[in-house]
Parts: sequence; C-alpha cells; structure tokens
Amino acid sequence: MLKMTHLSKVYRTHLIETHALRDFSIHVREGEFVAVTGPSGSGKTTFLNIAGLLETFTGGEYELDGVDVRGLGDDARSKLRNAKIGFIFQSFNLIPDLNLFDNVDVPLRYRGYPAAERRRRIEEALTRVGLASRMKHYPSELSGGQQQRVAIARALAGSPRLLLADEPTGNLDSLMARGVMEFLEEINRQGTTIVMVTHDPELAARAQRNVHVIDGQVTDLDDEPRLRGPAAVRGTSAGAGEAGMAVTHS
Amino acid sequence: MLTYYLQLGWHSLRRNPVLTTLMIFGIALGIGATMTSLTVFHLMGSDPIPWKSDRLHYVQLDNWSPDQGYNDNGEPPDQVTYRDAQALMEAARADRQAAMFKTALPVQPENPEIKPFMALGRATYADFFPMFEPSFRYGKPWDRGQDTQHARVIVLDAKTNEKLFGGQDSTGKRVRLNDVDYTVVGVLDDWRPRVKFYDLTNGSLNGPEEFYIPYTTAIELKTRSSGNNSCWKTPDPGWEGHLNSECIWEQFWVELDSPEKLAAYRSFLDNYVTDQKKLGRFPRPLNNRLYSVTEWLEVQKVVPRDVKVQVGLSFAFLAVCLINTVGLLLAKFMRKAGEIGLRRALGASRTQLFLQHLVESGVIGLSGGLAGLVLAWGGLVAVRSLYKGYDYVAQLDWSMVLTAVGLAVLSAVLAGLFPTWRACRIAPAVQLKTQ
Repeated sequence: MLKMTHLSKVYRTHLIETHALRDFSIHVREGEFVAVTGPSGSGKTTFLNIAGLLETFTGGEYELDGVDVRGLGDDARSKLRNAKIGFIFQSFNLIPDLNLFDNVDVPLRYRGYPAAERRRRIEEALTRVGLASRMKHYPSELSGGQQQRVAIARALAGSPRLLLADEPTGNLDSLMARGVMEFLEEINRQGTTIVMVTHDPELAARAQRNVHVIDGQVTDLDDEPRLRGPAAVRGTSAGAGEAGMAVTHS
Repeated sequence: MLTYYLQLGWHSLRRNPVLTTLMIFGIALGIGATMTSLTVFHLMGSDPIPWKSDRLHYVQLDNWSPDQGYNDNGEPPDQVTYRDAQALMEAARADRQAAMFKTALPVQPENPEIKPFMALGRATYADFFPMFEPSFRYGKPWDRGQDTQHARVIVLDAKTNEKLFGGQDSTGKRVRLNDVDYTVVGVLDDWRPRVKFYDLTNGSLNGPEEFYIPYTTAIELKTRSSGNNSCWKTPDPGWEGHLNSECIWEQFWVELDSPEKLAAYRSFLDNYVTDQKKLGRFPRPLNNRLYSVTEWLEVQKVVPRDVKVQVGLSFAFLAVCLINTVGLLLAKFMRKAGEIGLRRALGASRTQLFLQHLVESGVIGLSGGLAGLVLAWGGLVAVRSLYKGYDYVAQLDWSMVLTAVGLAVLSAVLAGLFPTWRACRIAPAVQLKTQ
C-alpha cells in the first residue's frame, strides 16, 4: 500500500541544512494498522506529510498503492491524495463556519461526485460515527470527542484506502481517546490501512505493528504484523463502532 | 464547482463582518466615484445615432476673414451662411440634405384658457426627419414638395402637443405662431437625444425644439434665427442684407450613403468654393470640412476637458481603494491559512483553491459594485442638481450598470490575485500542525 525506500527529506535555508528524514524505508501493507512513534522532532510528522503527499521529498522512492509519486505535479498529487488518502489530525481541523454536513462534504466536493452521491456518503459516514442527528450542528456545538468523530467521518466519506492519523487522540481525555481508538480499530478491521503517528506508547501498543523513528531514521521496525493487544480485544468484545462510540458521547 | 465556490465566498463574507464591510465599502466608494464621472463621460461622448452616424456629415465652409481665421486651430466656421446653405440645397448633390436654424416664436393657442407662450423651434427641410429619425407619435413629417411650396405646416413635440391639445392626435389642427396659422402634420414621440448633435452651436446639452417648420416658410416670413449669429464684416441693412451677408447662422447636414458619394461631395464642395472665389468670396485658402457625427462631437469638444480630468481622477481613486482592498484581502486570506492547508490535505489542488479565492474576491467585488451603484446613483443626483443641463447625461443606464458591476468584480478579482497567490503558496503541512 505504502512503500518508501531510502527516502530523504532535507530542509535548506541559506544558512543551514536540516535532514528531517534520512535513508528512511518503510513498507506498509494493505489492511495494516501501523503506529509510528518517536520523540518530538524525530521526523514522524514529516514522514506523515510525505506519505500524505502534502510535502515532496528530496531523494529516494515512494510508491503509494503502486503509483510512483516522484515527478507528479500538484494537480496529480491532489487527485491521488483525494482518491486514496484520508486524514485525521490532532486538532480535528474542522472548518468552524461550516456545519457537520458541509465539513464532511469538503473532500467529496473535490472528488466531483454528484449531489445525490455526496449526500448518501455524508449521511452514511455521519451515521457510522453516531452523529447523523447532528448534521446541521456546527463544530463549536460539539465536544472534542465528537469533533474528532466528525473528522473521522470526513476521512471515511471518501472511502480512502489509506488513513493517516496524526496524534488523533492527543487533544482528547482518556475516555474520549479510547472511544476514538476503538473506532479506528473497527475501521481497520473493515479493510482500511491505517498509519498513526503517536507519542502514546499505550495507543501504539494497540496497533498491529510499531515503527520507531529517531533523528529521521527508522530505528526499530517490526517487519511482520502482529496480533492486536488485549485492549483491542476488549474494545471488540465491548462492541466497537457504533456501540463503542455511543458510550463515548453519552 | 462554481456554485460551491460562490457558497464558500458567501460564508467567508459572513465570517469577518467588519473586514468584509470595510472591503465592500472601499470598493463601493471607488466604484461610486468612477461610475458617476464615467456615466457623464459615456453619455456625453457616446454616439447618439450609431446606426448611421458614419453616413451623416456636417458641412463647414471657410468663408471667414482673410486677416484672421475663425478658429486659432485652423478649423473653419462652425455654421454656414444663408447664401451657401441655399446654394447647397439647390444643388441637392447628397442623398439627403437639410439646412436648418434655431428660432423662437410666440405660440398663440386657440383655447383662451392657455396663455400665449414663447416656444423654441427649428426651421428646416423635410429631409431633417428621415436623416435624424425622430419617432412620430401621430402623423408624419412634411414632404419635399411642401418645402418647395413654402407650406405652412408644423411638427410639434410631445410636450407642446400635450400643452395645446391635451396629448390627443392633433394632426390636421391649426396652431398659430406669431400671427400665422400652421397645420399640424405630425407629433413627435418623446424624442430626446442626450446630446443635441444636429446643432452643437447652441448648447450641446439642450433638448430638442418644441416645434419644427419648413425652412422655406420661415425665410418667406422673415423669421430670424435665435441661435448664434457670427459675422466678420458688417452686413448690409435690412432683411435682404441679412440674407446676403457673410454672417453664419445656419447648420447644414448631408446624408451620404457610401464612401464614394462622400468623396464626390467633398469635390463638389471644393468646386463650389472655387467658383465662389471667382465671385470675390471665400478669401481664405480652401478649408472645407465634412465631419461624421462622432467626428463632429469630437471637434466640438462636447465632452469638456473637466469631465475627462474627473474620469482620470476617479480611476486614480478607484486604484487607491483597490490597493486598500489588496491589503485587507491579504489579511483575510492569511487568516484562513489553516483552512487552506486543510483543503489541500483533503484533496484540493492549488488551482482549485486559487479559483475558490478568486471567486471569493469576485463576490466581494460584486457586493461592492452593487453598493457602488447606489453611491453612483446618489452622485448623479448631485451632478444633476449642481449642473444645469446635465439631466439627460447624468443618468445610469443599463450599459453603465453592467459596466459598474463588471468593473467592480474585475477590480476585486485583480485585487485578489496577489493575496490569493500568497494564500495558495502556504505549505499545508505547517498550517495543519499549527492550527
């Protein structure tokens, strides 16, 4: 699904060169749930931005779902990003003056779906995160956990093959964080590949595979996926997805 | 996507009402000032009879003093003498031709309840009507035969017909002017060229006359011109002396349907003046002119220099308003950096975001344009109340409304280009992290 080989990223100013990533290689297979951990400034977010085609890289190779992204122009990268990638951010990044329906609509607009198709997908996505009854509400009327679920609905509405999550629970309390995490696991079980950047070792432990990054290099790479930890099993048995989310926002 | 961009533009306007109001007000002020001056300029300078202005030509002959030209710039006199007008009418070398002069006569209504009043009129030939095409409400113009017969016929304008006959069809009825009875043959509609192009020597912004009578009849009745009358040597006394003088007091128009006929008419005029020179007239070198309607408006400087300066100044003011808008848009778009980064992450290309923000600038321009129209309307009301005779050239017409809105949208889009470009250069990754 995502394959980076000997990737490097250098930020240059007229005074200094900063190597954000160096000889960075990773292979995320279809359907995996990978956690990327590492200290602040280690290059986790740079990796995620390059993976999400939001930044270009200096050297090496990157294949996204079989497409070599080197040399792609801005429009082609935008199309590829829109078609294959969903984003979840730490600070939710909802647009404050658009209601939930219109927020979820944003990526679908750029995909050029007809109105009926967009409506169907939006309603389905918001139903999936348990917020179908609040379509006309604005982000400021929701709790942090609910806002993150809207962000997840927005990411899911376009049925992405790859979900990139940057500290998705960083701004949430532990109860809400658990709800969101369970929901991500549910999405992963349904086939979406997830790459999650996190500081939290407990959350990282729930992923199938951990990748540790220090100074722009992968230092600890589990090459093979492992079974989920017990927390995930508990989440499943408690009824992840709709039931799990219902507990969170009640 | 355009509908989506328009929706987003509307949302964005509501997001920062103070900033939005400042921008709209800035554009509105610029557009209001520009449209006020531009409307006056446009209506004064626009072609009053575009479908045939290139076929109508004003005749000028230089019969002036050998010692000093009529104009410092070498232009011949702006009117012709009676003798020359008569000679050109008799030669009848054009498809149509009409000598004419302005006059003023007392109207003596039959109805004793209406007091006699002075009315401004035009003595002219039958060809005047098909040449300048005023529309008729009732009846029709007199014909060339009636010119020859010195017929006592009259065409009234709509207002005079309203005053004398209550707006009814008055054809066949009698009107007494200066103790002479005329039969009404036609009543004009509300004919009001913005500029009185057929006689620019007597106030270009004045309205058309209240009545029209045959030139031949007017001369027979010794009717004098009430327009400008200029002489370079003292005429002989009496009516005949007036007619045979070198004084200029008539306008002369010809209609020529092809460039060949125009060239032939120029030759004819040159030959005519050359012949007259043999008789001791026209002491100056050959200096005849045949201007089309638009050329004649230009030569006569119908659009005063002041108006042109005002247009220039108002555009400079609009530019200042737009520079202000550029700054405000820059501030607005930079505040949206996070949203722009987010939209990039969600699949928007730079081109799409560029268009989105240009449409947003356009929405601001459209709002500013509409508000500017209200200001322009107020400005034109002020112009009409301050300047006499501007009633018909200080009015918004559809073309100027569309120009105002178009100019406002275009200006705002231009003002939005740099802020939009800057906003779309924002690195999305940085914005997403710092939100």
